Amino acid sequence: MAGLAIKDCALVSIATGRRASSLPELRDGIRAVPQESLYFHFWGRLLRPRFDDPEYHSDFASWAQHCLHDELLAERLAVIDPADFTDLERLREEVVDVIDNHLQEAVPVYTRPDRQFHFRRCQTVVFDTGQVITRPEVLPQAISALSLGSIYYHVIDARRREPVRKDDFRAWAEGLGARYQGLADRLGGIDPYFSNLAELREQLSVAAARFFAEEG
Amino acid sequence: MATTLEQYGNIAGSDVVRQLELLARPMRGLRVVHVNSTRQGGGVAEILATLVPLMEELGLRTSWEVVEGSPGFFQVTKLFHNGIQGQQVVLPEALLAEYRRVTLENAERLRSTLEEADIVFIHDPQPAGLLAALPARRGKWIWRCHIDAGHPHRPVWRFLRPLVQGYDACIFSLPDFAQELPQPCYLIPPSIDPLAVKNVDLGEDEIDAVCAEHRLDRGRPLLVQVSRFDRFKDPVGLIAAFRLARPFIPGLQLVLAGGGAADDPEGAAVQEEVMAAAAGDPDIRVLSLPPDAHRVINALQRAADVVLQKSTREGFGLTVAEALWKSKAVIGGNTGGIRLQVVNHQTGFLVNSPEGAALRIRYLLRHRDRLQAMGQRGREHVHQNFLITRQLREYLTVMLGLVRAATDRLELD
Repeated sequence: MAGLAIKDCALVSIATGRRASSLPELRDGIRAVPQESLYFHFWGRLLRPRFDDPEYHSDFASWAQHCLHDELLAERLAVIDPADFTDLERLREEVVDVIDNHLQEAVPVYTRPDRQFHFRRCQTVVFDTGQVITRPEVLPQAISALSLGSIYYHVIDARRREPVRKDDFRAWAEGLGARYQGLADRLGGIDPYFSNLAELREQLSVAAARFFAEEG
Repeated sequence: MATTLEQYGNIAGSDVVRQLELLARPMRGLRVVHVNSTRQGGGVAEILATLVPLMEELGLRTSWEVVEGSPGFFQVTKLFHNGIQGQQVVLPEALLAEYRRVTLENAERLRSTLEEADIVFIHDPQPAGLLAALPARRGKWIWRCHIDAGHPHRPVWRFLRPLVQGYDACIFSLPDFAQELPQPCYLIPPSIDPLAVKNVDLGEDEIDAVCAEHRLDRGRPLLVQVSRFDRFKDPVGLIAAFRLARPFIPGLQLVLAGGGAADDPEGAAVQEEVMAAAAGDPDIRVLSLPPDAHRVINALQRAADVVLQKSTREGFGLTVAEALWKSKAVIGGNTGGIRLQVVNHQTGFLVNSPEGAALRIRYLLRHRDRLQAMGQRGREHVHQNFLITRQLREYLTVMLGLVRAATDRLELD
């Protein structure tokens, strides 16, 4: 049985220099920025200092609510779950479509200069922790002791990595054979988008613990 | 005796310290030099006093150098400081010549240290000219701008931009504070040191003693604002808010604690205005404290029922994080970095007027359960986002990216 090598990651944000003061400018920015910026504004918030009210989990939705004061748009943007998109270009199209549709029924407003949207991207450093999980039975305790950076790497970042494109805990459990398929299903059934990383760690640990408790 | 890292691990979490160790490991032995303009006084010196030993403990050969200068040098760098933050200042050619002369002197004095360093952090504009004066440098140079450069006075920025655009990277505290430059501009908010005198836990006896010394009644509700006497901190507006709230909160007291007015002509004038606004009011204390009164400030923040930072314009406003760390809900002006620390309705309230502040004071002092819950959330918010371990992690991430010439992603073996 091959073990699961635990990695960790750290992220730092970088200004792209691009800003938006209105919804059309936001849309144009989303069309133009690199994929890394799009990814950062959907997922990066999990691993950087969290300043916003966590009511909305994408930076675009938060900005629509807090700076444009457009609740309807905020809801429409917030419901876009990046986990549904394996291709960031498809995600980009979806966000632009939502904004374009909204612009057909709303008058664009401009924010104050100190309320502009700043497009950012991130730089990620991934490093080995030296820890290896060798048996699935220790997953509940092992997961609960992981750093939030490790949770991000193995659950969020893993979904972008070819060819598997699914979280590492689930993929590892699937690789252990039919006996652990139920464990893989439980771990894979957790939606990471609406949790913070600490909650996600707890959910994963509890899901694994329940599997082993029920398995007896 | 616990090492410094272990002490931070006890507060921030052992996983956080372990992460720092793993990030620093590939850089062990590298020579890192920080350069700023003062060893004592001011937020940058406070941060470096903690960061430098922590980097050393992580295995980086870290040193801290300070530029020396003439009165003319510091006069012009003060103009840079004000001009970067948007104040309309005039840069006399004679002072600019003095800046160039003193910069060359410092470059000569620090030449071997800086040329041999693997990573150099230049803090703020005062030492920024060193890069151009040391063309034989071999390491990566980072310009760390701690102040708001978002809307600089253009003549000042025209002078400084050529000095900073040659750096390998720059770091600003917030996107709003950044300038467009050709190199990568990282965004790293500042942080507080939980082990610093102004933030360590204090016993109730000590808090009682400080309150007694300043004639504050711990049996009555207390509002505290800690800030320089500066019009942008709106101390007079805070007094107005206090007076609007007081009829509804019997026994309410207000402390405005500041300092440094003796050295600052404008500060002294503002302090006069505050004293005049508070004149004859036995429930308002205006305290002019020395710059090293950290323990007194700590005690006042801990004694407060609610901490305010009613600024109308603010840089980052780390006094907010200091108060949140002490589990105090904060009523803050809706501006600058306060917005990032006061999560509206979660860790306190953002307000835009004395009336708004008065309303929130009344609300919080009438809803003690919410006041307490906000304070607890505030401490957790700081624990997650504003401790110095987070800032160090981000510095290490930037450093690794630079020494390994990474772009978006770096995978270490």
